[in-house]
Amino acid sequence: MEKNTGEFLLSVDHISLSFGGVNALTDISFGIREKEVFAIIGPNGAGKTSMLNVINGFYHPQEGEITYKGVHRKQMKSHDAAVQGIARTFQNVALFKGMSTLDNIMTGRIIRMKRNIFWQALYLGPARKEEMENRAFVEDIIDFLEIQAIRRTPVGRLPYGLQKRVELGRALAMEPDLLLLDEPMAGMNIEEKQDMCRFVLDVNDQYGTTIALIEHDMGVVMDISDRVVVLDYGKKLADGTPDEVRENQAVIDAYLGVPH
Amino acid sequence: MTVAKKTDETLDTIPKLLLDHAKKRGESTANRLKDFGIWQSWTWSEVSEEVRNLACGLAKIGFQRGDKLAVIGNNRPRLYWSMVAAQALGGIPVPLYQDSVAEEMLYVLENADVKYAIVQNQEQTDKLLEIKDRLPQLEHICYEEPRGMRDYTQDFIHYYKDIQEKGRTFQSENPDFYLHEIEQGQGSDISIFLYTSGTTGKPKGVVLTADNLIITARNSIEFDNLSSEEEVLAYLPMAWVGDNIFSLAQAYVIGFCVNCPENPETVMTDLKEIGPTYYFAPPAIYETVLTKVMIRMEDASKIKRSMFNYFMDLAKSVGIRILDGKSVSFTERILYGIGHLLVYGPLKNNLGLSRTRLAYTAGEAIGPEIFEFYRSLGINIKQLYGQTEASVFICAQPDGQVKADTVGTAYPGVELRLADNNEVFYRSPGVFHSYYKNPESTAETKDAEGWVATGDAGFFDDDGHLKIIDRAKDVGQMNDGTMFAPKYIENKLKFFPFIKEAVAFGNEKDYTSAFICIDIEAVGNWAERQNLAYSGYTDLSARVEVYDLLQECVETVNADLARDEKLSGSQIKRFLLMHKELDADDGELTRTRKVRRSIVAEKYEELIAALYDPQQTHCEIDSQMTFEDGRTGMVHADLQIRESARIESNVQTLAA
Repeated sequence: MEKNTGEFLLSVDHISLSFGGVNALTDISFGIREKEVFAIIGPNGAGKTSMLNVINGFYHPQEGEITYKGVHRKQMKSHDAAVQGIARTFQNVALFKGMSTLDNIMTGRIIRMKRNIFWQALYLGPARKEEMENRAFVEDIIDFLEIQAIRRTPVGRLPYGLQKRVELGRALAMEPDLLLLDEPMAGMNIEEKQDMCRFVLDVNDQYGTTIALIEHDMGVVMDISDRVVVLDYGKKLADGTPDEVRENQAVIDAYLGVPH
Repeated sequence: MTVAKKTDETLDTIPKLLLDHAKKRGESTANRLKDFGIWQSWTWSEVSEEVRNLACGLAKIGFQRGDKLAVIGNNRPRLYWSMVAAQALGGIPVPLYQDSVAEEMLYVLENADVKYAIVQNQEQTDKLLEIKDRLPQLEHICYEEPRGMRDYTQDFIHYYKDIQEKGRTFQSENPDFYLHEIEQGQGSDISIFLYTSGTTGKPKGVVLTADNLIITARNSIEFDNLSSEEEVLAYLPMAWVGDNIFSLAQAYVIGFCVNCPENPETVMTDLKEIGPTYYFAPPAIYETVLTKVMIRMEDASKIKRSMFNYFMDLAKSVGIRILDGKSVSFTERILYGIGHLLVYGPLKNNLGLSRTRLAYTAGEAIGPEIFEFYRSLGINIKQLYGQTEASVFICAQPDGQVKADTVGTAYPGVELRLADNNEVFYRSPGVFHSYYKNPESTAETKDAEGWVATGDAGFFDDDGHLKIIDRAKDVGQMNDGTMFAPKYIENKLKFFPFIKEAVAFGNEKDYTSAFICIDIEAVGNWAERQNLAYSGYTDLSARVEVYDLLQECVETVNADLARDEKLSGSQIKRFLLMHKELDADDGELTRTRKVRRSIVAEKYEELIAALYDPQQTHCEIDSQMTFEDGRTGMVHADLQIRESARIESNVQTLAA
């Protein structure tokens, strides 16, 4: 099915990132279009997570330029990225283990709340109204992700697959324009993967959110993404539609190895 | 607000009752649904309007008198309203089990000539679309939840609220239409088709009239003294006759509030929030809850545990007597009061049963300990005996005469008799009209005078209570002439928390043997305490330690059987533990979780052969398993066979 993906929402140009003498990323350029599902793939240590970290401002590249929503920047700042509508999930689930599912997702709304901590502590008038609006928004997400039954359960007690889902919920609570998912399906069984795929596609379809994801399961990547970029040793090997990438000789060599 | 206890008997259809409630007590709450974390509610007048709009909308897209409307989904107010809307138009609702796969639905939809379907969500819509090519008569599908339905642009698929919108316009153009349609309805009209899940063969469509449901509901309201103040939680399948009585007919006759859970996984939390005053559950649910309580108590601190044990022992002797209205001494009352404060009250609150005045169970025998546990807490749990063909009620236990091993006396309006082979026959106002398009089966089950064969064998005890032992056709004979009632034995086995399911064999054999499925939760917990590591169900059930544990259970059952002269010969000689749970998806259980004996026997033929071959101490098996998405896989296992000790009948010695 041909999707109506639009202009570039975010593009990176000639990004290079190094830690001391190690070049994590070398001269990487690609663009992510509005409303598409974009996958970053590559072998271990290829620089995929570093790339996401650059996009949401956790790492600052030495060279290159990031263009997000038409604004050119040398680097992103984490807080800016969040305010500008970039949300992410982490490879190792990063939730507040002792808090309930509901509270964890509520933390994603903090960035949208206007009242300061004192108002919120008093829980009066406008703060109360705001809390209720945000709670309603969070309930929408809980319904969307079908996690009603664990609303009050501390996330530390949940199985891994559900924790990942809660983390996705928290990212969605930020009403992101661009959602970065770092290995959303790692460590899941087939059924959990199917569920997660459906949620990713539903998020993309229903909220029109642009999604950039890192994933190792090639079946998943080729199925759900509109375009793919392949990294290897910090360099870009190829980008294009899943079919184009699959045919690309450099990619095949990187994944299957070449005779020396 | 006055508490309604009786309603006008001239109101002979559900839609007429709805109009009456909307008029007389329009502001009372009729339905609640937990959605987005909040209990949303509708009053009777709102429900009346919702139903009217839906009915008019259905009429607008062509619904005629006599048309069949399939209803598929979890318990949701909108789906209940769909059934009432169909009835208002003189149509017939056909609720289906929502977890059936498309192929299973195909038969029912075809057999019932379903033209319209109202379904809950995308999942159910997809199932219907999968089989639509083979269902030429299915014209319209209407869905309740819009999620994921954006790309479904076919013009025969409608959104529930769009239909209601059409209905609103239709109503303003034809203001007399709706009331006129309802007036045409009468008590003898066919009200619903309910497909029996069918322990054998294809499901049969039981045709019930409005009179069947409403007169039965009236009798039951009187029998149990129900009022419009009751709160119930509707969580059992809508396709099951019980739900149609408890959540629909009774609610519409007397006007109490029906609450629908958020989704099937949240039932226990929702139950706690609602605190129903009147509650129905199959024995399996009471049992699961009790098992959970016991497991959690074992993890509790020593003080709490000993407090729990002390007061539960007290409750067993005192609580039951209080409930039965028997004499209780002053000190016992004081102690029970303290127990209520410390243990019973908090426990009931935790189970969501604080306000429960009346609880019913039916369908399978319930273990005496389970039964006692709830009664000792002061919950008036009673057994009833019923069938789809009887609009549920055949027998029930009157207050104060409750015994764990009987199903009570004949229900008001029900006549009972036993045939020579002990099969139970009944006649009542609830007796079904017919099986749809199946006159042969109707004639086999119901005779010209209206007596219906239940297919169950039973006898009356000294107090005139009916005791059901098994399906009449399943009661067999062993080679030495001993009566063999498999279900009786299986139920005794299943009363142990470690045993989830059991299947006994012995008809026309030399001795009895059994398949046993362990309860993974209870046995798993036990294994943890024994420091026994295991990787999963198959591994756990193959452990020697687990076999030892289960052997004890089997031998206790044997000792129990030995006490009964007629059944002593059917003690279990050999048994094995199954490598997988019996599952409805594999066709081994019905959707209501009853064992399909013949299918199990056929599928595991080799295992049965091994049980009757004294040479064999183990048996290898490859069996097919169906996953939830419908794909299948093979499972391989090597099962051991155990011999259990049998006890010589001691009936004679006792008598001497």
